[in-house]
Amino acid sequence: MDLVSLAVKSVFIENLALSFFLGMCTFLAVSKKIQTALGLGFAVFVVLTITVPVNNLIYQNFLREGALAWAGMPEVDLSFLGLISYIGVIAALVQILEMFLDRFVPALYNALGIFLPLITVNCAILGASLFMVERDYNFSQSVVYGASSGFGWALAIVALAGIREKLKYSDVPDGLEGLGITFITVGLMALGFLAFSGIQL
Amino acid sequence: MASEAKKALLEPLFVNNPIALQILGICSALAVTTQLSVALIMCLALTAVTAFSNLSISLIRNHIPSSIRIIVQMTIIASLVIVVDQVLKAYAYQTSKVLAVFVGLIITNCIVMGRAEAYAMKNPPWPSFLDGIGNGLGYSLILIIVATIRELFGSGTLLGYTILAPVSQGGWYQPNGLMLLAPSAFIIIGLTIWAIRAYYPEQVEEPDFELQDAHQTPVQGGVH
Repeated sequence: MDLVSLAVKSVFIENLALSFFLGMCTFLAVSKKIQTALGLGFAVFVVLTITVPVNNLIYQNFLREGALAWAGMPEVDLSFLGLISYIGVIAALVQILEMFLDRFVPALYNALGIFLPLITVNCAILGASLFMVERDYNFSQSVVYGASSGFGWALAIVALAGIREKLKYSDVPDGLEGLGITFITVGLMALGFLAFSGIQL
Repeated sequence: MASEAKKALLEPLFVNNPIALQILGICSALAVTTQLSVALIMCLALTAVTAFSNLSISLIRNHIPSSIRIIVQMTIIASLVIVVDQVLKAYAYQTSKVLAVFVGLIITNCIVMGRAEAYAMKNPPWPSFLDGIGNGLGYSLILIIVATIRELFGSGTLLGYTILAPVSQGGWYQPNGLMLLAPSAFIIIGLTIWAIRAYYPEQVEEPDFELQDAHQTPVQGGVH
């Protein structure tokens, strides 16, 4: 039950894109067509589902204060190495995932191909790992958190792409076309997602 | 040379602003702007990281094999961010608590990566350093504008000093709570971009579709 409530919270209430502004650069740049948005959203979902639990294992077993007790060094605190380890894990995993898909699931590789390298520098991926550390999730919580926040991000980008596909036929004031009106649209979407904030399971 | 240095420093402020024109680095720009003081520290941190990562990448640019350059850049940036993070924790602990994960997210801030890749890999150290500072300032400019508006209208204060006395303290100003929530940041940035593009019309993007006159909303008579 705990986990279900965590999932709902990270999909709707604490949506990575709309309430923490993470992954905004790609969120705005790759949301012109529903098809590409769907591809990117799926890639983010997959990568988040893998990286957050892996980083959780690294944090719990190597980096946190006292985590190295199993190696006979109980007073060592390596948490300052966190940032560089998480980004290393993310970059390596994305690379491995890319090679794995290329070899075994070429159809999916062709669909995700161009988005995978972009994902290494997507703040949503690193951000989710950092939130996981800050909130001290255990392993099962981190699996749920990774998957559901990835799903929330995908949901947001597909919704925005849907709006933008319609928006390009409309008559926008001079100077506001493109980026400006997109920002305002995202603002209104964020307002909509605020409506979920009272929900508790 | 002097004019070139000035160009590297000043161009990113308005003409080629990283946030408004290049759509870079918005991720962290919005979340830390509810208080001006926090936003200022974030600007300082980002400008320092961009400048020094540009400097060090430019120093070793001729020795980086191009196939692994991304990971080399990433390592340099991540190390710099760790330094900034530790300094903040040591000297500004309260602010580092508020900034929380967003200092760490400077690593994936597209401005840092983008400038390293686009400028520092091709230019000598000194101009790269200035370019880093310039882009950091361009980012800071937008952040400061957004933070000023949000703090002033959201809680009636600036840098913690009361400017508009709120009703709860016997003043006249009813704080606008929306300004402290996420959506307002998007809308303020949208409007800022509108203002910059109204001043520099050449930055306006080409529309995907030209509207035919017949399809345009009739405005005469004031009826929609």
